[in-house]
Amino acid sequence: MSARVTFNTDRCKGCELCTTVCPKHIVVMDESVVNRKGYHPATVKEMELCIGCASCAKMCPDSVITVEKF
Amino acid sequence: MAIVYEKSKGLTDVEMHYCPGCHHGIIHKLVAESLVELGLLDEAIGVCPVGCSVFAFKYFSCDMQEAAHGRAPAVATGIKRTHPNQAVFTYQGDGDLASIGAGEIVHAAMRGEKFTTIFINNAIYGMTGGQMAPTTLIGQKASTCPTGRTVEQAGMPIRVSEMLATLDGCVYAERVCVTDMANLNKAKRAIKKAFEKQMRNEGFTFVEVLSTCPTNWGMTPLKANEWLKNEMAAYYPLGVIKDISAEVK
Repeated sequence: MSARVTFNTDRCKGCELCTTVCPKHIVVMDESVVNRKGYHPATVKEMELCIGCASCAKMCPDSVITVEKF
Repeated sequence: MAIVYEKSKGLTDVEMHYCPGCHHGIIHKLVAESLVELGLLDEAIGVCPVGCSVFAFKYFSCDMQEAAHGRAPAVATGIKRTHPNQAVFTYQGDGDLASIGAGEIVHAAMRGEKFTTIFINNAIYGMTGGQMAPTTLIGQKASTCPTGRTVEQAGMPIRVSEMLATLDGCVYAERVCVTDMANLNKAKRAIKKAFEKQMRNEGFTFVEVLSTCPTNWGMTPLKANEWLKNEMAAYYPLGVIKDISAEVK
């Protein structure tokens, strides 16, 4: 069982709320990227650690995140 | 492959105009998800306030009506009385509901109008630039009280849920917040419960959601979350203020 998180990156406003609720602490702000709105968007680098709990997606005010399980 | 979470069908695909970290977006999602899960989305009618959430009609995919400042409960009264079988809700901020619309909400609750009000309390006027609201805490700085609100000048902040709970027509009042997952789940349960009670014609239902305003509080979204938990929740206690059917049991 693995999970995948996808970000609608250009809609992210960089508020970082998603980073506070991840039990695995794998949601981070991608400081190498600036999105269309001018923010560093949230991302997950270590996707293999994701458990698909969807906490980040539920917390996101702008519905940026979709979570899938395989 | 199964989708565990995606954007709610209860929301349109329009990008929200709210500032980064503003809780309005989260609370919109909870209302939209609740309507979808209860099978009420197609027949729900929402009434928007004036304030930051004045454009909420662009974001909810159910029928929406804009009201004059503070008058959403009066508009919702008319809608619910002519559409008694449909889910009707108002979505109002504290400047709208607790200040200019204080009369409307009190009388709608007194009459026991069978709609649900989602009340967003962020202790400040957001859209107009951070002025003091009736809900601004003592000592809290705002553009119209730059050294902090004082009791001598402005009195104590109003606890709307407790005030409405004194009215017999109000059958349910709960105060929640969405700063972390536990509280977010509680907030969603409260919103669903309010709609369920409305559909059982129990009376007026009210959910107050403590919310942040990082822009006008002058904080990062994460600091604003902490301030809400430490300062706001101390004056505005979280939990069920009134639940008539629970009392009967």
